[in-house]
Amino acid sequence: MNRHIQQKIGFILLGLTALMVVMPILFVVGHIAASGARAITEEFITGMPRNGMKEGGILPAIVGTLVLTLGTALVAIPLGVGGAIYLSEYARDTWLTRTVRLAIINLAGIPSVVYGLFGLGMFVLFLRFGTSILAGCLTLAIMTLPVIVSAAEEALRAVPVEFRTVIFSLGGTRWQSIRYIVLPQALPGIITGVILGLLRAAGETAPILFTVAAFYLPRLPRSIFDETMALPYHLYVISTHVPGMPMHIQYGTALVLLVLVLSMNLLASLIRSYYRKRRQW
Amino acid sequence: MHTIKFSLEHIYFYYGKYMALSDISMTILDRQITALIGPSGCGKSTFLRCLNRMNDTIPGARLEGRVLLDNQDIYAPGVDVVNLRRRVGMVFQRPNPFPQSVFDNVAFGPRVLGLTRNKDELYWLVEQSLRGAALWDEVKDNLKQDALSLSLGQQQRLCIARAIAVSPEVILMDEPCSALDPIATLEIEELMRQLKEQYCIVIVTHNMQQAARVSDWTGFFWLGKLVEFDETQSVFTRPSQKLTEDYITGRAG
Repeated sequence: MNRHIQQKIGFILLGLTALMVVMPILFVVGHIAASGARAITEEFITGMPRNGMKEGGILPAIVGTLVLTLGTALVAIPLGVGGAIYLSEYARDTWLTRTVRLAIINLAGIPSVVYGLFGLGMFVLFLRFGTSILAGCLTLAIMTLPVIVSAAEEALRAVPVEFRTVIFSLGGTRWQSIRYIVLPQALPGIITGVILGLLRAAGETAPILFTVAAFYLPRLPRSIFDETMALPYHLYVISTHVPGMPMHIQYGTALVLLVLVLSMNLLASLIRSYYRKRRQW
Repeated sequence: MHTIKFSLEHIYFYYGKYMALSDISMTILDRQITALIGPSGCGKSTFLRCLNRMNDTIPGARLEGRVLLDNQDIYAPGVDVVNLRRRVGMVFQRPNPFPQSVFDNVAFGPRVLGLTRNKDELYWLVEQSLRGAALWDEVKDNLKQDALSLSLGQQQRLCIARAIAVSPEVILMDEPCSALDPIATLEIEELMRQLKEQYCIVIVTHNMQQAARVSDWTGFFWLGKLVEFDETQSVFTRPSQKLTEDYITGRAG
């Protein structure tokens, strides 16, 4: 067999595998969009659920997911970015920092239901926050932290050492090197990591299952000690626990969650590509 | 007669157990260019970084002996290292402007250290620094342009402008021309001659012609020792040590 034919066959086979990677995504998105589109009405987006959730809208679940994501961001961003700055800029390479890094990597691999159970034990029961937005956000934040810390640390380390050296040589302090050069230069990478972490938080069911999610609560949350509905859990509930649930409502809910998550993902990609074009070091 | 800027007494420098500098004593005069030559790894860059304590951050690095700047021991306890580095500026081997505008690069130090009180003062200081680095005429029409769009030679002069914007007394240059083409190199050398009217300059160079062209004093380092230190003219015409002669004539190194 001559090498041109080998080349052709290789090319076709690899092309097919690439196509097979894309197919499921296209199929999932296409199927959900096609089946859910007719559920999307103004009432569906802005209304309360009625008649055992078989009619009306999913506003409380949308708001719930947005509130949970925002609350998670408020907790996870300062902790995660602060920790990353410490690890990358201040910490010396000792057994302690190596252990911390190892812990972070391992935390990223823990199944989300374990975080859910931890949140139940720690925040809901031990700290007596009850089933609440506070407990849910804290649980989601802990789950998101490893993603944010490792992405932010990587972005910080990518900033050339010379920039820091120059600032020291000008009489600047370590903090000034972080404040004026390292952090601004690493920001796009950090933002991308933060969004990807929050994305995971927004779509997860297990961590909120025991800590915040309400089965049926047709009103908007009033305080951080309130329970709330949330899209992923709502989807789970209407797909498994409510007999006679109309198909298009299930697909519509899935579509809203998908659009929410994918648009966040798109935003992350846009930020990344925008800054990558401008970055020259 | 020039005043003594740096006075070094029996300097030993260690990276962990490795002795990088051994028993170095010399005086560096103000408003003169002192060149340090020698093969790679002979300790001349290490020596340079002892003068503004840039070696401090390296784990396991240790200095013995005394380094006096204007008769004050810069390694004495209680010395403000941040202030020392403002007095002793540094220019690096590769031009390394920040990915910002020309103006912001020069204004960086004054802003961070809070050296100016208002915008006019800052603008004046940036202009003076760019003039001092012989770059003003080339960039004055577009101070907002990205520093990385400048040529390498211009970038290096920008780095010099950035260094002199915080009003140092000494400028250390670590092979400032090794990334530049011959014409840019000559421009930097010309600039160094102008700068020595105001500053004490210490330059590390691999290029012996460069040392001979620009410097007033030359120190020859070999394996962590200062083999010879004298006026540049004597070092290059009547070296007192056989090793120096072998090195500058290309028989050793």
